[in-house]
Amino acid sequence: MRKISGFHGGIHPAQNKAQSSQTPIVFTGIPPQLVFPLSQHIGSAARPVVSVGQRVLKGQVIAEPVGFVSVPVHASTSGTVRAIEERVIAHPSGHAAPCIVLTSDGADEWVEHSGVADYRSLSPGALLERIRGAGIAGMGGAGFPAAVKLALQPGKKIDTLIINGTECEPYITADDRLMRERAAQVIQGAQILAYLVAPGETLVGVEDDKPESLAALRAAAAGSAIEIVEIPTKYPSGGEKQLVEILTGRQVPSGGLPADIGVICQNVGTAAAVYQAIIHGRPLISRITTVTGAAVRAPGNFDVLLGTPMHFLLERAGWDPGDRQRVIMGGPMMGFTVASLEAPVVKTTNCLLAPTATELPTPPPAQACIRCGMCAQVCPASLLPQQLFWFAQGREFDKLEQHNLFDCIECGACSWVCPSNIPLVQYYRASKAEIVHLRRDSDKAEHSRLRFEARQERLAREEQEKEAKRAARREAAQQRAKQAHEGSGTEEDPIQAAIERARAKQAEAQQGAPDAAQAAIERARQARDDRASEAPRDQARLQLEKAQQRLRVAQAKLAECRQSDAADQVIEALEASIARLTEKVTAAQRQLDAAQEA
Amino acid sequence: MFELLAQHPLLAAVLTLLLLGAVFGAILGFAAVRFETEGDPIVEQINAILPQTQCGQCGYPGCRPYAEAIANGEAINKCPPGGEAGIQALADLLDVEALPLDAEHGEEQRKAVAFIREDECIGCTKCIQACPVDAILGAAKQMHTVIASECTGCDLCVEPCPVDCIDMLYEQDSLHNWHWPLPDPTSHRVEIIATDRQSAARSSDEAA
Repeated sequence: MRKISGFHGGIHPAQNKAQSSQTPIVFTGIPPQLVFPLSQHIGSAARPVVSVGQRVLKGQVIAEPVGFVSVPVHASTSGTVRAIEERVIAHPSGHAAPCIVLTSDGADEWVEHSGVADYRSLSPGALLERIRGAGIAGMGGAGFPAAVKLALQPGKKIDTLIINGTECEPYITADDRLMRERAAQVIQGAQILAYLVAPGETLVGVEDDKPESLAALRAAAAGSAIEIVEIPTKYPSGGEKQLVEILTGRQVPSGGLPADIGVICQNVGTAAAVYQAIIHGRPLISRITTVTGAAVRAPGNFDVLLGTPMHFLLERAGWDPGDRQRVIMGGPMMGFTVASLEAPVVKTTNCLLAPTATELPTPPPAQACIRCGMCAQVCPASLLPQQLFWFAQGREFDKLEQHNLFDCIECGACSWVCPSNIPLVQYYRASKAEIVHLRRDSDKAEHSRLRFEARQERLAREEQEKEAKRAARREAAQQRAKQAHEGSGTEEDPIQAAIERARAKQAEAQQGAPDAAQAAIERARQARDDRASEAPRDQARLQLEKAQQRLRVAQAKLAECRQSDAADQVIEALEASIARLTEKVTAAQRQLDAAQEA
Repeated sequence: MFELLAQHPLLAAVLTLLLLGAVFGAILGFAAVRFETEGDPIVEQINAILPQTQCGQCGYPGCRPYAEAIANGEAINKCPPGGEAGIQALADLLDVEALPLDAEHGEEQRKAVAFIREDECIGCTKCIQACPVDAILGAAKQMHTVIASECTGCDLCVEPCPVDCIDMLYEQDSLHNWHWPLPDPTSHRVEIIATDRQSAARSSDEAA
């Protein structure tokens, strides 16, 4: 018998699992429309590889991964791509995100696919590639791409593979039903994972409140090296780090991963999905979701196609929308209220909880912290929740980090025990996000600083180069002058001579300047006097001559244009100007006549 | 020599102290040279807090000059992009009182990124010369564009543009920058009355 260790803290909330765990898994059916978010997992969003109007088959890749921490998206039934647009997704913010919208055709026609019955014939690398290609992301709730977790880092030896069948959160029974009904798939999936990771031992941890699951798994694992371990029921034993400590007695270091101490942990759902992907070649296109709560008539577990809108699933379970009843995705401890029931079921949707107002009432208003210390007693990560609360309120982010805020698994145990009803986890979530935000900003600031400094340096260098060139030119000129001076012996320095000439000219100009202005004024005065003294008759004659001259020029031009077939507008313009000039000549003639008479 | 010292303890004491002084002086002198800090560490620390937008709203040509000025006693509340949080951090570092942001130098705004309407760009390179972090790509008589990930949102490029084709796009709320809000610490003062609580729950449900 394996020695079971405990972990610090933990709580025992009402389980509420019996409502949904008694009936077998039911297939939901194919909804008329499915929505596939391009980023339904941690990591970067996938890139669509289908176009609007295209027909896709069940299991076909409709978006491929971008980057390492990313998984592809598959169509979960056959149909036509209706749109690629922003849709509301299952996210606490209620924001929309890019999605592929598919109209199903009901044929449910599979794309060509093939599995490998003997997975041992494949190399671990090829297996990993298949797992990645099947779009498998952690099905426990966090949704971390399984292939990334399984890709061993060189130098890290894995001695224990843990399959997590704990499912400690109240209400949720999806893994329980999976283990009861599909124990063989879970065990085979675990064997494939064990072949891939090559650990010393493979353990399946199951809480002792699921005796049927334990029995089914034990029967399926009989004769294999996989050990099924019964662990006491306590929340949150299902947390990765907590389960590792329960089963191995070793603690994952602060800020570290289980792989740092030679452990890899995968959910039972992930193991079953790996089985489907490798043995049958089926990508992850459906999952088991618990629909429960007092507001549904027939709570139970549903085998639901990914992309199914939540309201479709809830209707299958006989949901009574009631008086503005909220729906929670996930469990009552860690889940969040879904903003819109149009949001689709995704790889991490393990539960839809539709409670009535009496079942899960709005929490009473928060009171002041009385420093009772109960939160510290139940914290499974051995943190000091009330200190963290204090620092979060004061936005003292340095202190929060010093008190290991990032080891908080947001399990909600502290909020659950708090006699003052303080939403502690909310404070930690907000602070964590804020810190990440600030880190990103400071990284960006550092980057900008480097770029700014590089630019300053470049500008200084360019200036220096220019200066150097200028100096070189000056040097060369001096050199030439010197040579010329030496070559011609007594002859004057040409540069000096030029400078002196210029100076002389300048001096002259300066001296002459007032006189020149004076002269101009004189000239202007002279001209005015001349004009005044000149007889109007002469003036008129001059004007006439000028006008006649212009008329002649215009006529010559017109003739030229007519000969060379110029554009009509030009000819028209010329004719108009000739008419004007003729008038002017006549007027001048008249004036001259008048002057002569006078 | 020894006898002389033994007979004059006062002299011996003085000599010993002198000797010790010389030895420690030498050690200190060596340490000062060997472990000399480059630059002014306080300027570096201040500069690390400043947001590095290089926008010049503080009246200095870049964040570092302002950091140097702060080290020499300039007010810490002249940096709008750093905002109240930046002023608080500077106040903590320098152990001075945190002042409200000096409105003369601008207001704290949402983060923004410059965007060039490329059809209208005439390729004058004026914005490229203005950009303090080389975030604008382009050449003379060629279209320019802003490398969004490098842009600090300082808006120094907007003014020199002769055809006004640069917009400052403010960051929108989206899935990428959303995070859980901090619960309102004053919320427990209201809602104590049961009927208040119900109406509050209803309105919060409506909001959700």
